[in-house]
Amino acid sequence: MAADGAGMASELTRLTAAEIAAAVAAGDVSAVEVAQAHLDRIVAVEPDVRAFLHVAGIGALAAAEDVDRKRAAGEPLGPLAGVPLALKDVMTTTDMPTTCGSKILEGWRPPYDATVTRRLRDAGVVILGKTNMDEFAMGSSTENSAYGPSHNPWDLTRIPGGSSGGSSAAVAAYEAPLGVGTDTGGSIRQPAAVCGIVGMKPTYGGSSRYGLVAFASSLDTPGPLARTVLDAALLHEVMSGHDPRDSTSVDAPIPPVVAAARHAGVSGLRVGVVTEFSGGGSQSGVRARFTEAVELLESLGAKVVEVSCPHFSYALPAYYLIAPSECSSNLARFDAMRYGLRAGDDGTRSADEVMSLTREAGFGAEVKRRIMLGTYALSSGYYDAYYGKAQQVRTLITRDFDAAFEQVDVLVSPTTPTTAFPIGERADDPMAMYLADLFTIPSDLAGNAAISVPCGLAPEDGLPVGLQIMAPALADDRCYRVAAAVEAALQERWGGPLLAQARELGEQAGDGR
Amino acid sequence: MTDLAQLVPYGEALSRYEPVIGLETHVELGTATKMFCGCPTTFGLEPNSAVCPVCLGLPGSLPVANRAAIEFTIRIGLALNCSIASWCRFARKNYFYPDMPKDFQISQYDEPLCTDGWLDVEVDGRAFRVGIERVHLEEDTGKSLHMGGATGRIHGADYSLVDYNRAGIPLVEVVTKPVAGTGVLAPEAARAYVTELRDLLRCLGVSDVRMEEGSLRCDVNTSLAPRDAADWGTRTETKNVNSLRSVERAVRFEIARQAAVLDAGQKVVQETRHFHEDSGSTTGGRSKEEAQDYRYFPEPDLVPVAPARDWVEQIRASLPELPAARRARLQADWGLSGAEMTHLSNAGAVDLVSATVEAGASPAEARKWWLGELARRANESGAELSQLAITPAHVARVSVMVRAGTLNDQLARQVLEGVLAGEGDPDAVAEARGLAIVSDEGALAEAVDAAIAANPDVAAKVRDGKTAAAGALVGAVMKATRGRADAARARELILERLS
Amino acid sequence: MAVMSITRAEVAHLARLSRLALTDAELDHFAGQLDQIIGAVARVQEVAAEGIPPMTHAVPVVNVLRDDVVAGCLTPEQALSGAPATEQGRFRVPRILAED
Repeated sequence: MAADGAGMASELTRLTAAEIAAAVAAGDVSAVEVAQAHLDRIVAVEPDVRAFLHVAGIGALAAAEDVDRKRAAGEPLGPLAGVPLALKDVMTTTDMPTTCGSKILEGWRPPYDATVTRRLRDAGVVILGKTNMDEFAMGSSTENSAYGPSHNPWDLTRIPGGSSGGSSAAVAAYEAPLGVGTDTGGSIRQPAAVCGIVGMKPTYGGSSRYGLVAFASSLDTPGPLARTVLDAALLHEVMSGHDPRDSTSVDAPIPPVVAAARHAGVSGLRVGVVTEFSGGGSQSGVRARFTEAVELLESLGAKVVEVSCPHFSYALPAYYLIAPSECSSNLARFDAMRYGLRAGDDGTRSADEVMSLTREAGFGAEVKRRIMLGTYALSSGYYDAYYGKAQQVRTLITRDFDAAFEQVDVLVSPTTPTTAFPIGERADDPMAMYLADLFTIPSDLAGNAAISVPCGLAPEDGLPVGLQIMAPALADDRCYRVAAAVEAALQERWGGPLLAQARELGEQAGDGR
Repeated sequence: MTDLAQLVPYGEALSRYEPVIGLETHVELGTATKMFCGCPTTFGLEPNSAVCPVCLGLPGSLPVANRAAIEFTIRIGLALNCSIASWCRFARKNYFYPDMPKDFQISQYDEPLCTDGWLDVEVDGRAFRVGIERVHLEEDTGKSLHMGGATGRIHGADYSLVDYNRAGIPLVEVVTKPVAGTGVLAPEAARAYVTELRDLLRCLGVSDVRMEEGSLRCDVNTSLAPRDAADWGTRTETKNVNSLRSVERAVRFEIARQAAVLDAGQKVVQETRHFHEDSGSTTGGRSKEEAQDYRYFPEPDLVPVAPARDWVEQIRASLPELPAARRARLQADWGLSGAEMTHLSNAGAVDLVSATVEAGASPAEARKWWLGELARRANESGAELSQLAITPAHVARVSVMVRAGTLNDQLARQVLEGVLAGEGDPDAVAEARGLAIVSDEGALAEAVDAAIAANPDVAAKVRDGKTAAAGALVGAVMKATRGRADAARARELILERLS
Repeated sequence: MAVMSITRAEVAHLARLSRLALTDAELDHFAGQLDQIIGAVARVQEVAAEGIPPMTHAVPVVNVLRDDVVAGCLTPEQALSGAPATEQGRFRVPRILAED
């Protein structure tokens, strides 16, 4: 752990992204100092947290130097120039490997940058490295990573959520103030919730998928992870916006998310509590904190009503047909012919045999399960009963949202049914694992905006609970406005950020390795 | 089963069986860029130099549809009298194959861009209307070189080398409805359809339709049923039939083969067969253990295509005069019979004759050269007329020179030969080779006198009134002047002198 | 589960279609899990969805088209950079069985 002489440096890692950007812009601190402080922090805590699959020290310092040079030359700096960031290893990068947490892509260096990667670089954001994830983003714990799980900084014996668990752990462990995740069934919001940080799934199409290695194309959405609502909004603005390389990208201005985060307030706002998600099934401490959060919103002037979304209970089965179907097709390209692993090519075997042996050796169990499930759901005899039906359910869920948003401005629910569970607890129980995304999946299916913001600790285990705020498509700013209000009120109550209540990583020594 | 000895003679087969054919034609569109990315479609580039993350199927890449490819497809659909969908989607066709970068092909499944049209073709004066089932848009695959093994073929190769330059080039598939009632003309009808489709596509400017470069490829379906049967027979699909002649041969072979199978009391197996250029035969593929299940589903990376009505009407209004209408007009203009026009069309000479007429020749003159001397030359070198190194303007110039009396037919043929040999335009060739009719009366008279003097026997016959014998003297004059004499005038002079 | 949603043989078939050379142990293991999962996701069939259009895209837009203008390509070196094997500027792949 950082000590004595490193005091100043360790303080740098506690700053928010907004504070770092302001300090760099003002010349109070150099971007290189900021980057070095975070790289030092990574060295100190990675043995415990294991958030990163690749740390790009030299590249990060070079990017930081570039920011400092620009500042010295009086060139304009972006709003996040010099701010370090942890990038999920699902985004392509020309100067770092992109593995998606899979053996099949071990060491693959893409010849192109994802649009999100490029936008971050262009904005002067300093990419520290690539973070761990469930293989091809399939999972809720990072246990499905071929490179081993990441650990929750609140309790190293527990999962940091997933699939963007590397990014959430890195941000919660002060290894980076910002992280990029991707959300397909909850993969930003769920890890944010269990790590006690903020995670936003923008409206589908609001942020570009070009260079995001696809899991389920009609659901995948990149988004920000941060320790504060404002930081998330700042990153949202930098990484999002229309991209002509993504046909499903929304050709409209980015909603005013930063302004919304700065002008928090819920007075007069109509808030709907989703009946189907507020009852049983959740851990008692999660229910308690959620109820408190709703009461808080009411006390801040919001008008709270209960809203029924009857088809939400079919969201999980619909999702586990649609996502695997698309994944079975998206992951077909990992066939040992053009890039990645090739196994069993002894000169006598056919391409077909080598494909099968490579995929057998290169994919983990969850990926194989989903590929087979999707192959099944798309088969000619089953298509209508499974994939077709799931797509109809998707329509019905979207209609539930439409009806709800006629009555209320936002919907709220707990982000997850439980707090972070112990590593290994659900490892070979896919059905139990799938439940972690119960509350987050509807917004993925409908494609609207949703955020998770910390709302306290569950009394029974002292672990973070997240409040999910869902807004209509393209009304991403509403998520930030409400989340910032909740954040401000709760931090006043707590006397500081929730993360300040986490034990310092050094103090957990021995309890999680 | 495909032993050539077991084939039923074609005529005999058709006396007992009725064929039904169908054609699936793949056409590479002549857009500047690929279907879903900005890579060029240029043929013959260095391997893997016209690829990007999208057409290489790299993880994370996404397709964006090419507007021009959509427009070209609509053009084709309109020219084939199809309905244009008001809303349709691309679909993924999933199957593993090394030349397919994503291991799925973006295609169209149950929502093609164009449906339900027709194309009229004519064979031996009989008109057939070929129904068009659908016209849809998809992407091409890469190309493999098969290494080791015997002949560079896929079977028996040790390994393969893949070039993805072709991957992602827009490909239109035109699928006919089953064509029945062609009877003995089935092979010719199949060829006539592909010819007509090729001419139509060329006229539309949507493809260079070069079968030899693979920008037009055919799969031919054939089935056979006893003449009195109520139902059609089981069809086979013969893949990669890549010349007009092969289309005809493939149908002919399949009819003879299937007739033998049916005669033997066996069933025709529904299968994919491969055509062999060398033998003109087809062979069956590996029998499939399980039917292919392509697991089609709507392509989530692309949004639907909904061509606005006014866009479609704009495209319709911009269609050029189509080959059939143009042929009818030219036939009337040129005063040809139907058979003469068909002959011209089958020879691929309509455009050439038309351009030659526009350049100043009469229709009769233009037809005479293109279907005569030039067709003979093309045939000798195994080329298409359009591939000859001569332009309609050249042919028109030669026609004008003949009409003006500066060339006769024999000299004109020599001029054409010179042009084809790259010696320059007709005037230059005539000048360089000294090819012009001897119009100097004195010189001609000298040659006539010399011929009479050299052939006293013949001259005597003519004097005796056997004027037909004068031909031999004319021949001698022509020989002496190396063909440059005006034969008619020479004859006049001979008869004058010997009367 | 009284009625199996999916048999071991069907799982073996899916594995073949998916190009996964599963071991026997995996087949046994996955067959049980897939049976359970398919049983659970089959709940979508309870929903009355008569006449409900399927939703394939979250963004209700059409006609996102690109102009036919040439853009930059990768160099052959970049294109081949991740290849397990190359030869003559091409991707070298094991022998291909005919498609049919």
